[in-house]
Amino acid sequence: MTLPTGVERHDFDGETSLATRGQPVYGERTDGDWRRWDPHRSKLGAMLEHGMDTGLDGGETVLYLGAAAGTTVSHVADFGGPTYAVEFAPRPVRELLDAAESRPNLFPLLKDARKPENYAHVVEPVDVVVQDVATRGQARVATLNKRFLTDDGRLLAAIKARSEDVTADPDAVFDSVREELSAAYELLETARLDPYHEDHLGIVARPRED
Amino acid sequence: MSNGWFAGLDPDDDAAAVEQIEAGRADTPEDWPQQAVEAGFADDEAAYYDRLHEVTMAATSAAVAEQEGADDQQLVHAVRAMADCERTANELAERVAEWGGGRHGDSGSGVEYARSLVERDDEDEGDRALRALAEQTADLADEADSLRAYIERTAPAVAPNLSMLAGPVLAARLVSLAGGLETLAKKPSGTVQVLGAEDALFAHLKGNAPSPKHGVIFTHEYVRGTRREDRGSAARALAGKLSIAARVDHYSGDRRPELQAELDERIERIQARAEAGTEEQE
Repeated sequence: MTLPTGVERHDFDGETSLATRGQPVYGERTDGDWRRWDPHRSKLGAMLEHGMDTGLDGGETVLYLGAAAGTTVSHVADFGGPTYAVEFAPRPVRELLDAAESRPNLFPLLKDARKPENYAHVVEPVDVVVQDVATRGQARVATLNKRFLTDDGRLLAAIKARSEDVTADPDAVFDSVREELSAAYELLETARLDPYHEDHLGIVARPRED
Repeated sequence: MSNGWFAGLDPDDDAAAVEQIEAGRADTPEDWPQQAVEAGFADDEAAYYDRLHEVTMAATSAAVAEQEGADDQQLVHAVRAMADCERTANELAERVAEWGGGRHGDSGSGVEYARSLVERDDEDEGDRALRALAEQTADLADEADSLRAYIERTAPAVAPNLSMLAGPVLAARLVSLAGGLETLAKKPSGTVQVLGAEDALFAHLKGNAPSPKHGVIFTHEYVRGTRREDRGSAARALAGKLSIAARVDHYSGDRRPELQAELDERIERIQARAEAGTEEQE
């Protein structure tokens, strides 16, 4: 698997890990400019660690849904181009603002990913939508945000089974999410994100033509 | 005419830009950087992105401050004030009812009776004094209602998960009884279960009373709506989820909708015991 330009396997005191270059954000280990990208803390990191073909080359325009405190989106902004970070909860956004301070290509937005019309006046069409929202209706969020993707863009989503239905078998949840998503997207690759994230499904998908 | 956030803006007007980021809307994204350059809003795309970074930082920071302006201490004051207003309104309403009963032979009671007196015409000074007191009573009850509305608006911003599980008013009461969200987050769930039942708890600790099964969480439909034999279990299950919710709210602020599903499922199982006709303890 080729990693995007700007991401590499870097040695931190004898331990090799994914890393990007930028200001540290969450107390991660650093070596010079390089900062460790911990796959246990980041679903996109786990997708790369699993060798999923994300299609990321580096320099992409990105819309990140569910940016939370900025752990993953800070790494994305380190290797990506203009990066729009949408998060709904005010408390983690304080830390997201800290992460964005030193990253001029990271644009934080306190918005609800279920209401794209409230940020489509700011966000331009993007090459990649990264989605990590722990809310019920994750397939619907992805479908609603399809409007942001260019024709050959990619959706990189981490689906959390317990957010959909805590009582159901995760496999059943993933089946129904895959099915709902297939109406709007062509699914290119899916993989469970264990052992980094239990009961999460990583998805790489391309928008279908309308 | 562009729907972009920069449309019609003076490039140097920070306040207007922040307002547009927060309140603007568009159905579909467009190539905003290019449009902004064409419209003369920015010299080139690099300048556009610099400006976008400035205004999204400012707008998001302002939006966070606004939503968090309602901090847990504001909530504590509001819920205590609401309780004061309710209690005082009820006490005064009793006085009004007693007085009105003597004067007019009415048999009304409560705040509703006080409200009915406000509409009456005065015949003499005694009527005027009674009506003035009735007015004060009704105003206090109105104030309690508007404090309740304030709590319902702000509790979900301060403690989203706790408010989701407990409802905003009970969430605010729990925060208030603990003295703050942080102290609530640090309490074990057994303490959360009996918050508001301190008198009964101390009587129990002195050895002459049974342990209380629930405090203020009794007002939650999941406790009240469970049959008596199973209320202890329901209260324990509810308190467990509420204390997890308080911890998530204090330490991370994430939303965890699965907590609701988990609680629903636990309570359903506890309430199913009544249908099964069993008395088994957990």
